[in-house]
Amino acid sequence: MPNPMTDSKDDLKASELVQIQLPSDSANPHPPRFWRSLDELNNGAAYQKGLAHEFPEGRFPKTSGQGGLNRRDLLKVMGASAGLAGLTACTKLPPEKIVPYVRQPEEFVPGIPLFYATAMPLGGIGRGVLVESHMGRPTKVEGNPDHPGSLGGADVFGQASVLTLYDPDRSQVPIHFGHLASWDGFIADFGDHLASESSTGGAGLRILTGSITSPTLADQIKSVLSQFPSAGWHQYEPCGRDNAREGAKLAFGQYVNTIYRLDKADVILSLDSDFLFAEPGGLRYARDFAGRRRMVDPSGTTNRLYVLESTPSITGSLADHRVPIRSSDIQAVARAAAQGLGVPSGSDAALPAGMSADWVAALVHDLQAHRASSLVVAGEQQPPSVHALAHAINHALGNVGVTVIYTDPVEANATDEIKSLKDLVADMDGGRVRTLLMIGVNPAYNAPADVPFVAAIQKVDFRVHLGLHQDETAEVCHWHVPETHYLEAWGDVRNYDGSASIIQPLIAPLYGGKSAHEMMAVLQGQTNLSTHDLVRGYWQRQAEAGHLAPAAASNFETFWETSLNNGWIEGTTLAVKQVTANASAGAATTAAESNAQGLEIVFRPDPSVWDGSFANNAWLQELPRPFSKLTWDNTLLVSPATAARLGLQREDVVKIVLEGHEVEAPVLILPGQAANSVALHLGYGRRRAGGVGTGVGVNAYAIRTSDAPWIAAGATLTKTGDKHHLVTTQNHHLIDQNGQKVEEESEAAFDRHVIRVATVEEYGRDPNFAADPPEETTAAPSMYPKVDYSQGYSWGMSVDLNTCIGCNACVVACYAENNIAVVGKEEVDNGRDMQWIRVDTYFRGDLDNPEAYNEVMLCQHCENAPCEYVCPVGATVHSPEGLNLMVYNRCVGTRYCSNNCPYKVRRFNFKLYSDWDTPSLYPLRNPDVTVRSRGVMEKCTYCVQRIMEAKIVAEREDRTLRDGEIQTACQQTCPTQAIVFGNINDPESRVSKLKAQSRDYGLLRDLNVRPRTTYLARLTNPNVEIKG
Amino acid sequence: MPQIFHHSMNTISRVSIVAGVLLVGGLGYLAWAVNESPYYTNAKLPLEQPVLFSHKHHTMDDGIDCRYCHTSVEKSSFAGLPPTETCMTCHSQIWTNAEMLEPVRASYATGQSLEWARVNALPDFVYFNHSIHVAKGIGCTTCHGQLGEMPVTWKENTLYMRWCIDCHKHPERFVRRRQDVFKPVYEPPANQLAMGKQLVKEYRIKSYTNCDTCHR
Amino acid sequence: MDPVETNNLTAVVETDEVIAPGQTYRSVSDRVSDMVLEWPIGYRWAAGLLLALALLFVLNLALGVVFTIGVGVWGINIPVGWAFAITNFVWWIGIGHAGTLISAFLLLMRQQWRTSINRFAEAMTIFAVACAGMFPLAHMGRPWLFYWLLPYPDTMGTWPQFRSPLVWDVFAVSTYLTVSLIFWYVGLLPDLATLRDRAKKRITKIIYGIVSLGWRGSAVHWSRYEMCSLLLAGLSTPLVVSVHTVVSFDFTIAILPGWHSTIFPPYFVAGAIYSGFAMVLTLAIPLRKYYHLEGFVTMKHLDFMAKVMLATGLVVAYSYIMEAFMSFYSGNPYERYMMMNRMTGPYAKVFWTLIACNLVGPQVLWLRRFRQSAWLLFGVSLVVQTGMWLERFVIIVTSLHRDFLPSSWGMFYPTRWDYMTFLGTLGLFFTLFYLFIRFLPMIAIHELRDLVHKKQEESHAAVH
Repeated sequence: MPNPMTDSKDDLKASELVQIQLPSDSANPHPPRFWRSLDELNNGAAYQKGLAHEFPEGRFPKTSGQGGLNRRDLLKVMGASAGLAGLTACTKLPPEKIVPYVRQPEEFVPGIPLFYATAMPLGGIGRGVLVESHMGRPTKVEGNPDHPGSLGGADVFGQASVLTLYDPDRSQVPIHFGHLASWDGFIADFGDHLASESSTGGAGLRILTGSITSPTLADQIKSVLSQFPSAGWHQYEPCGRDNAREGAKLAFGQYVNTIYRLDKADVILSLDSDFLFAEPGGLRYARDFAGRRRMVDPSGTTNRLYVLESTPSITGSLADHRVPIRSSDIQAVARAAAQGLGVPSGSDAALPAGMSADWVAALVHDLQAHRASSLVVAGEQQPPSVHALAHAINHALGNVGVTVIYTDPVEANATDEIKSLKDLVADMDGGRVRTLLMIGVNPAYNAPADVPFVAAIQKVDFRVHLGLHQDETAEVCHWHVPETHYLEAWGDVRNYDGSASIIQPLIAPLYGGKSAHEMMAVLQGQTNLSTHDLVRGYWQRQAEAGHLAPAAASNFETFWETSLNNGWIEGTTLAVKQVTANASAGAATTAAESNAQGLEIVFRPDPSVWDGSFANNAWLQELPRPFSKLTWDNTLLVSPATAARLGLQREDVVKIVLEGHEVEAPVLILPGQAANSVALHLGYGRRRAGGVGTGVGVNAYAIRTSDAPWIAAGATLTKTGDKHHLVTTQNHHLIDQNGQKVEEESEAAFDRHVIRVATVEEYGRDPNFAADPPEETTAAPSMYPKVDYSQGYSWGMSVDLNTCIGCNACVVACYAENNIAVVGKEEVDNGRDMQWIRVDTYFRGDLDNPEAYNEVMLCQHCENAPCEYVCPVGATVHSPEGLNLMVYNRCVGTRYCSNNCPYKVRRFNFKLYSDWDTPSLYPLRNPDVTVRSRGVMEKCTYCVQRIMEAKIVAEREDRTLRDGEIQTACQQTCPTQAIVFGNINDPESRVSKLKAQSRDYGLLRDLNVRPRTTYLARLTNPNVEIKG
Repeated sequence: MPQIFHHSMNTISRVSIVAGVLLVGGLGYLAWAVNESPYYTNAKLPLEQPVLFSHKHHTMDDGIDCRYCHTSVEKSSFAGLPPTETCMTCHSQIWTNAEMLEPVRASYATGQSLEWARVNALPDFVYFNHSIHVAKGIGCTTCHGQLGEMPVTWKENTLYMRWCIDCHKHPERFVRRRQDVFKPVYEPPANQLAMGKQLVKEYRIKSYTNCDTCHR
Repeated sequence: MDPVETNNLTAVVETDEVIAPGQTYRSVSDRVSDMVLEWPIGYRWAAGLLLALALLFVLNLALGVVFTIGVGVWGINIPVGWAFAITNFVWWIGIGHAGTLISAFLLLMRQQWRTSINRFAEAMTIFAVACAGMFPLAHMGRPWLFYWLLPYPDTMGTWPQFRSPLVWDVFAVSTYLTVSLIFWYVGLLPDLATLRDRAKKRITKIIYGIVSLGWRGSAVHWSRYEMCSLLLAGLSTPLVVSVHTVVSFDFTIAILPGWHSTIFPPYFVAGAIYSGFAMVLTLAIPLRKYYHLEGFVTMKHLDFMAKVMLATGLVVAYSYIMEAFMSFYSGNPYERYMMMNRMTGPYAKVFWTLIACNLVGPQVLWLRRFRQSAWLLFGVSLVVQTGMWLERFVIIVTSLHRDFLPSSWGMFYPTRWDYMTFLGTLGLFFTLFYLFIRFLPMIAIHELRDLVHKKQEESHAAVH
């Protein structure tokens, strides 16, 4: 990791940004500009938008180009075919200006990126990241290897957050009653109201935030509340952790934070928990979990994962035993297991359909056999009672202190957030609120359906919204103030384990946004303090008060620098807390909570847009969702059996009625979904997300109630007769084959040995179960002279299917690293998505309870590449180091290479997909990678730009490259390190060692294409006591 | 039956055959010539600049090293263009009110950058790296010409791909000793080939001609 | 006004000879040259030309859209990177072959029945190749860089990639066009001279005079002419085989199941001649009817052509069967799936239509009754051409849309621009053809006279 610079970025002004020379990828000869004042903005198209409350067209082709020809275009077009003769490629370069600094910041070396450690808050909890900055432009987010919560991994949200920074639909100026205003104007107006509030001690003042872990912000709020003693602070996270908190309270009588140590767990039972992805500690958990899954040879050991869940999750796809059952039935199973383990768990509950007593018994034996090395994890969406049960079981098994540890809550002020929001709405409704300040929240969109937020807020005299976008909430506020992105302002945040990180900005606010800290300062009448001083000041006080490491107090400057450098603050990790579970915690369960009969509906945060805050992020919208491969939509997920029972087909639009609230959603039949349980992802149906997200999908919040926010019984589905076209990148055809329902592609995939899997036991018997026949691995005769790759570097990659969790992080990382274009729903439907790396999913077995296998697919860099010899202009050729090169500027676009690619990993610019028109997107682009234009082929290059960069450095220093010096973008971000790239000529390199394993196999090797990317076969570790 | 054509037609038709061939050939040559001409390549054409900067004066008369202004040439792909303050380090002392330097002073005062016309520009899909070339003993003047003799700066070579490849195929013809790399005026020695071959070995120069060397 | 009414021609009786009896040197010359020089423009011809021009306009629009927006306006995608464009290319090239075969191959074979049909068959070849040649250009992502496929010393120090069949195509097709053009023009020379001499208007005389390159019909001219056309025939005969062989390499060189097959070259050549003769019939039958040429293009010609169609059709049928058999016999899972998918998959309907058109339909040609009925033949030839277009579509699309890796399977759905581009080329073809039949002798006058001469010789021989 290059050494992160740690200077204050506050002095880095956008005015300097506009002086940097054009990123070499951009054709536009003018440097990127950002609106920094009203006058500039007034001329901008965005101004019109701001006034008219309209949203821009998406910045990707919405129409497939078939229609949309007006008369003028027509004439132009008619000429074009004739004029083509004149159009021969004129390579004369346009005159270019080159613009140096007036005073160049010392740490800047033009052309060499800098890396800064910072932290990204999600749901109030931090993830340590390392951000790449080219000449002051953040271009790429990576995980921070030094950070305990990341260890170098980053998830889809972290990777995509940089696009949100440059989102041209971000709010760009304070809005007062829908009109452009100014920050000063706001301060004045706000000041008056605060003055009137202070007379009553702030009785009418309310602050609404998300979950707050930021020590500085909490401290500020505390002092505000002391200034306005009768004011109120409410917190609401739409996808918050109320259940976990209340569950802990149920078990221990107090709020505690639960941390799992998966590296120590041999047997794991997940009760509807997606702990590898959806938990705040997900990145760390995934790394630890994968660490236990790596089997170098049959003598190794691995862990065993049981998963009970209603809708397929990333965690579920790695389970050795996965049972799809209704989420509301999971409690009953948990209690049965608890009873088996002698944990008091209330009244007996009959096992739900689909669960056998033997299965539970086998599970119980396994858990008992692994006392102090087992782990029971309850899902965020499960009711508190199940969390309490999990705690009780973990205590009974002696896991506490080993695989589970407890600390104080990471939230500055842990509370029941849904209740907190309800109280606020009650106050507003009762006219007790005069001034409402909302920071980074969007309750108008995501408040529960039975909490009449929008109605109630009308009774508030003065409403202020601080947010990234002019969203649904901004619409109902008098004042909207643009908020800073986390890459734009100083701040701090606590990570899943309680350790605090400083959020250091990489760029001055693009649109003059204000941070929550500044807003709080305004409440305290401090309008002159910079966020940097606020945050630094707080930590200095902490150091002086001796709350931090003693070194901090003695020499705070160095401490501050190191903290920024490391990306987290030493001595802030919360101490392990000794708590004793109230033995009968599980008994607290009431029959009402369990076994609610009939159809249940389950709500989940979306794996791509989360709670809706990423709805305007095109990378995430176009990301194929795990398993369904759905893009640009959310759907009602229904199991094949249930669909058959209700007579539902894919794309049928159904009306869902739940406690009087209703919404219409299209159906998608998903293998592995539990019978009688349907799932709907949150975060869609935004009315005011922006050009990308507005109007995409259906709003699940519209039927989500506060008393059953995650699992609701008694939903009724009725077919409306309408159809809604769904677009998936891998169209899973469910077909009937000799009486049994199978998935066509998967059938073929297993016939062709695309996926190879064995149980640990089979692996022990035949370590070479996955090996290809020797005649396929040794060179078959070829008409062309044999190339000798034995000298110098030979690049290769190994993907471990045993640890790949299919979380999509690599796909988004590739978007950011390689300037990949977004094409939009219609073009994805046409089969033209541009992702260089994709996650293929295949199902095996009964479609109501299949095994799901993920397989990362990218250019295999074949040594005998079929794409190369068919190209008429030699635009795709082989390098002596075994790279299959793609030369965009030589490509004439015959698409022959793609036709001849057996893996179909090549992507073609059928139209002009790259956005040349949106200035705010120029600085986002990676200047080391060409932005492809219309009519050229593109594909995975093994991140050749990183290879060349590293090689140049090595040759300059007259040495050879070290193993691991080059990481591809997908490898670097992979939370489980399932992707390893390196020099296969070096027997000591990690990739060589992996390829030497007996589980190593290549795809379609029988074609004698000799792929450089190979896979490690999947292993499962089933419990022998469980049959089938 | 009367003749349709005058008998001179015979000659005309015969001539036209030859003429046709010549015409086609001529057009081909013209296209080639234009493509190689300075009009098209901008080679050898001085550009209009905000300040009449003379490399000749600064490097030869004043003996300033290239790296004094082009600071990142050994570290980065981009050689670097001096910020205004670099000019002002000297010109706040000497020629402080020279008419010619007004734009520089203005830039320093107002904080508005000087906007130079770019002399050596490559297409956006070409990734050239200065640091590796100077490290391997390719001198500035090899590509940029005898800057020490340029009162105004022009582009010395076409920068066509063919031109790059020539050197990449035969580095020994152009490589020089590392200590000579930054000489503003350099004449290759008589024994260039012998020395070149020897330096190629010594500096471990690899003759990269794969596409990914420049295109990514 | 319509020629049929103006020139009170006595309708010629159908005959079984290659030329109707009673024809003299003068009658043939008059008959053919009058169509160009004497007859006024007929409204049916004008109407036909207008229709063709309308379609040409459609082509212009379609290509304009393709060039300005990109090939994305077509339905192609990943995995189906080629569809209509390449289908049309192969189809048109194939059609060309009949012309070359008739003019060159049959000339060497000394076949008399070629004389009256070779002229417009050759014209058809050239126009078809022109249509075909457009598609490799139009289907490129960046057509303005087409010249990168040509070997020339460029500023990049690069060359085309000679291992790629697409480069071979460039040479094959350009050679084909050049040779056919020269052959056709050389054949035209004596007739152009005839027109020059018979023309009344001075301007017409001058125009035909220039293009006939001073042909005087001297013995030297004739002997050189004979030698020249013989050489050209020798040159273009191998092209009949080579061109479509190279075109078939576009597929066989690839590793794709359904493409990667050694049977393609003969199979494609046969298919080409098959569709080519179908096109000749499609053109000949209305022509002879409308211009009352039954005396020159006789039932004998139609019968011969029908027989060639039947023969080549059988070769094609055999290839289909072998293709299917081999894919199962090979035991290769990909090949097997490909063939099953063709027969039962999403495009099964197209496949079976093609079988009906190419394999079943033409079997009626075994019956003399069908070969003797001009309009039935006309119908069959249309069916065959449809079938041959579908054949190329099936080969290209069904092989691409489901290949090796199931996760990447997809579908191709044509867009309106796909259809417009195809219809447009029909416009180009027929525009050129309508102009040809109006301004050039559609039947080789001097060869007809030669034929008349031979016939008289034969009859004299018979008398004595």
